[in-house]
Amino acid sequence: MMSASTYDQTKPLLVLKGVKKAFGHHQVLKGFNLELYPNENVVILGKSGSGKSVLIKCLVRLIEMDEGHIEVLGRSMADVEQDELDAIRTDVGFLFQGSALYDSMTVRENLLFPLRRHPGRMRGRSEAELVREALGNVGLEKAADLMPDELSGGMKRRVALARTLILKPKIILYDEPTTGLDPITANEIIQLILKLQDELMTSSLIITHDMDCARVISNRVVILQDGINYAQGTYSELARSTDPKVKAFYKEVQNPIDG
Amino acid sequence: MEFMDLQKIKSTVIYGLEETGHISRFAGRFFAQAFRPPFEWKEFFKQCYLIGYSSLFLVSATGFIMGIVLTLQIRPTMISFGAASYMPNMVGIAFIREIGPMVTALICAGKIGSGIGAELGSMRVTEQIDAMEVSGTNPFKFLVVTRIWAATMMLPLLVIAADFVGLTGSYLIESTRGDVTATLYFGRVFSSLVLGDVIPATVKTFFFGFVIGLIGCYKGFFSKKGTAGVGKAANSAVVLASLLLFLVDFLAVLVADIFYTI
Ligand SMILES: Nc1ncnc2c1ncn2[C@@H]1O[C@H](COP(=O)(O)OP(=O)(O)O)[C@@H](O)[C@H]1O
Ligand SMILES: [Mg+2]
Repeated sequence: MMSASTYDQTKPLLVLKGVKKAFGHHQVLKGFNLELYPNENVVILGKSGSGKSVLIKCLVRLIEMDEGHIEVLGRSMADVEQDELDAIRTDVGFLFQGSALYDSMTVRENLLFPLRRHPGRMRGRSEAELVREALGNVGLEKAADLMPDELSGGMKRRVALARTLILKPKIILYDEPTTGLDPITANEIIQLILKLQDELMTSSLIITHDMDCARVISNRVVILQDGINYAQGTYSELARSTDPKVKAFYKEVQNPIDG
Repeated sequence: MEFMDLQKIKSTVIYGLEETGHISRFAGRFFAQAFRPPFEWKEFFKQCYLIGYSSLFLVSATGFIMGIVLTLQIRPTMISFGAASYMPNMVGIAFIREIGPMVTALICAGKIGSGIGAELGSMRVTEQIDAMEVSGTNPFKFLVVTRIWAATMMLPLLVIAADFVGLTGSYLIESTRGDVTATLYFGRVFSSLVLGDVIPATVKTFFFGFVIGLIGCYKGFFSKKGTAGVGKAANSAVVLASLLLFLVDFLAVLVADIFYTI
């Protein structure tokens, strides 16, 4: 696996500065900072309800932040018009927590949905070829004509991954990629993410509360606690932390240090 | 106690005004995108098919029964006036102007309005709408514009079906009571109708379809999280759409009346 020091530190793909977001009186994000560099896999660890999903939704403007600065691929998200926003969004893949497959469409139509609306992304290749390749990447060559409700949870996650990757994004945001899956399937998904990461040279922001996932995937871990980037470091650096709030995350892990 | 009621009335009024504002803005968003290419033709035709096909039987069955019931109810009165031969005219006007459009619209508010509300609601809750948005496509155009257009275009057709089947039901009853032929019956229906009946009646059915599509989409698109949110989206789509249908009908009759008198 790639070590934390091999990536190019020069230009961050993502920059978040002082991001704040409240719902009514409930201040969820209170000034979150983060940078994501090329070829990096950053895991954001946070308890459930801590605002992880809100954070990555602010990143692609599915939710509008109240205050702060967000830069994606060098462009300030607050300033872009709809057309440019759409263009940026195609460079940022998003894997949703529940897979979010379009349940009235077959697997093939799910994959073609983003592709047909961005024909420039087809790179001169045929639809059939791209679908076959995308499904092959996730090991589901035979599933093209199935409906989402005919798939298991793990297969859905794979199809969602294929749908995200078909546009060849530069950054991928994962919202709890292993939640709701049994440990074996979860591990398969983690391995798949690593494999595709390597082949496609993307950078990822993975939010999770799954310590196994964090240990295997991350080059760097950022802990989201009390609405801010509470602590950061590699998985094993944080495992040695003496801060009680950081230690709480490692409590159930068997051998945190040599993980 | 009285104070409580006053509070309740106040918050209901405020809610109503806010909701009116939101729906108007939603309708504005529809008109801003409805005529601007690219169009999602495939989804539009799929929705037309689903809306038309899923409601055709229900609308026809209801229309048929209404035709029979109306005829049986009105007949004795018409006979006592010695006007039994005017039955086709009477039923024809009642059906084309009011009963066909209104019964069809209410049935469709129940069937199509709740269907769209539940479908978009569950897409919202399971983040499918978000997924469309982050893949750089416009979910409003794909989901909302197509469904509102489809409902607007299909409702008039469903009304025509309801009218036709309803008048056929009425004719069947008439034919058992006297020797009236279909040609004679429908001839009388059409001769009694003037353009002033048909045009406003047809125009308003487009508005009915628009209201059903708009409210179903609005409730679904902004559905609250959770399965309860989806149920509520479907349910409130039916209630609100039905209410608005009566309002639109009332306005349509007022407007048509102005044209009549001048
Ligand atoms: N659209 C919303 N409206 C109101 N509150 C919200 C909304 N989205 C999220 N929240 C609140 O923000 C907090 C963080 O949510 P979320 O980011 O989904 O948590 P998680 O870290 O589990 O992903 C929760 O308390 C949630 O109730
Ligand atoms: Mg979440």
